[in-house]
Amino acid sequence: MIEQIIFIVISLFTLMMGWIVVSNNNLFHAALALMASFLGVAGLYVMLDAGFLAMAQLLVYIGAISILIIFAIMLTRRMMQTEESPFNSQPGLAGITAVSVFAVIAFIFWQMREFWPLGAGEGAMPPADKSIILGSVAKLGEYFVSPDAFVLPFEVASVMLLAALIGSIWVAWPKTEDES
Amino acid sequence: MISDWRFIAFFVVLAPLFPALPIGINLLLGPRKPNYIKQQIYECGVETVGDTWVQFKVQYYIYALIFVIFDIEAVFLFPIAAAYGQVGLFAVIEIALFIIILTAALAYAWGRGVLEWV
Repeated sequence: MIEQIIFIVISLFTLMMGWIVVSNNNLFHAALALMASFLGVAGLYVMLDAGFLAMAQLLVYIGAISILIIFAIMLTRRMMQTEESPFNSQPGLAGITAVSVFAVIAFIFWQMREFWPLGAGEGAMPPADKSIILGSVAKLGEYFVSPDAFVLPFEVASVMLLAALIGSIWVAWPKTEDES
Repeated sequence: MISDWRFIAFFVVLAPLFPALPIGINLLLGPRKPNYIKQQIYECGVETVGDTWVQFKVQYYIYALIFVIFDIEAVFLFPIAAAYGQVGLFAVIEIALFIIILTAALAYAWGRGVLEWV
């Protein structure tokens, strides 16, 4: 019961902040609301016993990605100075896109209804054992470095980060005279 | 399990109260005699020239991007640190390789002069 109340409060907070993101006239304020919305999502991860994911959400999304978005807004002079309506002139197409994306997601979740933790299906899964949840971060760490599991994606991730940084510096950094 | 997070919930409530209380008490108790000088925008140092909402340089964006990359590195290394007792020498080599590849990114940024303050 109390969990449901917390869930509803966090969900409402996330949705309200999301609404501010898409409806605010000032893009900078929209970015700040996006950070608050990310915080609500982190709260939902906590509700799902995914503490590590919530921490990653806090560190990466609120701590880093949001700063990147804010800097990106500050780079664009026009976005900073004008307060114009964020709504575009294609409500019909946007509506069709939104409804169809929702329909696909809802369909997928309905197909998976027998795996819902508290679902009515006959094979409804019981909530996970606490020992599994407590050991999950260390297990993930083991899988990251195990040759039988995710060691290749783990190393490829570092190469991808390398490529992202070098690529962005190459594109954005002012070139010196001998390079240009 | 949700009860493990009750301290966090406590801080979520306490943290906004902490700055709000002095400001609120000030609003209630403080005398207000405004004049033109007092109502100027306060800022450290010299007075600002022009609009404060100016376009930033692209350099700041690259700083932020470097921060994102090493932030993600920290998130990746955290679960391995949690499992450090169970993983062997192979894992240490893996982690070293991961960090060396990211250090190459830092070395490139350093070499291009990205880390110099402009």
